[in-house]
Amino acid sequence: MNQPTEAPAPPGAPGADLRTTLRPVAFLLLVGGVAGVFVLELMIGSVPIPPDQVVRYLVGAQVEEAAWRTILFELRIPRAITALIAGAALGAAGLQLQTLFRNPLAGPWALGLTAGAQLGVAVVVAAGAVVGSELLSRLAFLSEIGIVVGAFIGAGGVMAVIASVARRVSTITLLVLGLMLGFLAQGMVSVVLHFTTETQGRVFASWNDGSFAGVYWDHFPVLLPLVAVGLVGALLIVKPLNALLLGERYAGTLGLSVERARLSALAGAVILAAPVTAYCGPVLFVGMIVPHMARGLLNTSDHRILMPAAMLMGSLLGLSADLVVHLPWERHVLHLNAVNALIGAPVVIGVVLRNRQMRSMAV
Amino acid sequence: MLTLEQLSIGYRSRRDETVLASDISLELSEGELVCLLGPNGAGKSTLMRTVAGMQPPLAGRVLVDGDDIHSMPARDRARRLSVVLTERVHAGLLTAYALVGLGRYPHINWSGRLTDRDHKVIRECLERVGAQDLAHRYVSDLSDGERQRVMMARALAQEPRLMVLDEITAFLDLPRRVDAMRLLRRVVRETSRAVLLSTHDLELALRAADRVWLLPTGGPLATGAPEDLVLSGAFEAAFASEGVDFDRARGEFQVHRHFVGEVELVGDGLARYWTARALEREGVHVWEGDGPAPPILVVVPDGEGGEWIVSGGGAQVRHPCLYDLALELRARFQTVEL
Repeated sequence: MNQPTEAPAPPGAPGADLRTTLRPVAFLLLVGGVAGVFVLELMIGSVPIPPDQVVRYLVGAQVEEAAWRTILFELRIPRAITALIAGAALGAAGLQLQTLFRNPLAGPWALGLTAGAQLGVAVVVAAGAVVGSELLSRLAFLSEIGIVVGAFIGAGGVMAVIASVARRVSTITLLVLGLMLGFLAQGMVSVVLHFTTETQGRVFASWNDGSFAGVYWDHFPVLLPLVAVGLVGALLIVKPLNALLLGERYAGTLGLSVERARLSALAGAVILAAPVTAYCGPVLFVGMIVPHMARGLLNTSDHRILMPAAMLMGSLLGLSADLVVHLPWERHVLHLNAVNALIGAPVVIGVVLRNRQMRSMAV
Repeated sequence: MLTLEQLSIGYRSRRDETVLASDISLELSEGELVCLLGPNGAGKSTLMRTVAGMQPPLAGRVLVDGDDIHSMPARDRARRLSVVLTERVHAGLLTAYALVGLGRYPHINWSGRLTDRDHKVIRECLERVGAQDLAHRYVSDLSDGERQRVMMARALAQEPRLMVLDEITAFLDLPRRVDAMRLLRRVVRETSRAVLLSTHDLELALRAADRVWLLPTGGPLATGAPEDLVLSGAFEAAFASEGVDFDRARGEFQVHRHFVGEVELVGDGLARYWTARALEREGVHVWEGDGPAPPILVVVPDGEGGEWIVSGGGAQVRHPCLYDLALELRARFQTVEL
């Protein structure tokens, strides 16, 4: 990947937009923001840890209290890393889906990918109940793989349906279809859950709330490589995505193999969204709003700039939302998705109102 | 440079084949501006898409410099021909510069990074179409004319041998259309490329094209200098339809008017010319000295601010403008008819 700070306009060109020249600053702000909120995530919680101690721990120096070390290592660092990568993954997936479908409201959740993954996970959990949880819990790693595979199959299945009709239907039809497929999958989840035991039902319900807190170090060997593949893939297709800004017909005349580009972008979105959903539960809104926040900050549709920005913005949003969730509230009532909705819904409303025609991808 | 070999165009569905035109064999040389004309539904767009490699031919081949464009990889094809379509591009937050930069797509590597040479080409192409001042404006903020200019710059930046332009002047007003044609002629001459342009704008094509491909409904495709096709009557045949005639003498379409009457026109110059046009629109013939003089006489004004004088039937009426004159004639001939 080339340096994202290389704006498409030659430096010093006449009439260059102020926001274009300030792009490196915007990137620095994003990186600084991610680092800052990351540290805040580690500091704040029911047991507050002073910032200097957090930084000492991060650079490998001795911290004052052993308990802090345990809290940081066992709980807060895995959680913060999860928020960081899940946010980046969902942001990148959302951007690539929005460009591919030329639809400003596309995203893993709006198009039903998340619900598909939910269904996949529910089926695996129910299968576990049928096969006997003892067997699966003894093969803990296998059951984890099972859940990830379930999420992949569910999300991939929904994606296949969406992709097969996408070219024949309008922007709005596609969104309604995605939402309905999502509801359908959720209805099937309820049916599937009838076949589980009460305990498993409860475990599923808490997973279903969506949280970055349930991921620990032993989950990373599966989660991290998958997301890494997805993120690298997203950076590799910035050029085709740029061509797709002109629409598929023009993109074809520019020498893009449209079918291959569609397939890579769709597969990429599934690789990013499915494992995140498998481990964190359904995370709403992030994939849909992050691309808009990145565009708003950088004022460009150029994916060479936008893609890294969407990843950083996703991390920032993931970490910030999670920070709000685990502030030391008197009563723990705020769920991750409640926070996401509080941030996301206004952004979506803004996008819809600004984009009255919903026909063009004026994003 | 471009060769069509026994080309058949149309659609093929699972059950049957719709042939719009067949057995087209043509050459197009570099430095030529060719306009594709034809009535609606004759298959202009299909021919354009087939030549551009966006739709397979039913039979035959499309060759650019001897290579079949339908059997080469998309990237190679994009280096030989670029396309501008009628459809408006909604490119969101792209500047004109970035949009023209997309024209470099088939020439740059996977990362999409533009080299110094790419930047140079982009600047040259923007200048060539006179859009250098638009470089840092967002495409969504451009007017239709400006956007088509930028799209042309993008097609040029692809450095193709042939540019295929489908109805690109459709959204533009007349001065902008003339401008676009002048620009194309200049580009074609200066860069030794070729341009194939489909258009509805017959008069402009007659004035600007080096060659016309004329595709009548049901084929066969006729070709030649625009004037050749006028003289041979090919235009008349292609566009023949009820109520409209192609006037060979004037090179434009005439609408059939129901004859309502005849007047004698006195006066000359511009005023006479436009008065005659207004009368023609009303279905009123101008007496040309053969046969008995008509009872109604119209005197056109001599200079600016003058009046039109209609006399006949014992009365004389003065009109400050042609609109009023037309109103009166309409009334007069209606009464006569009754």
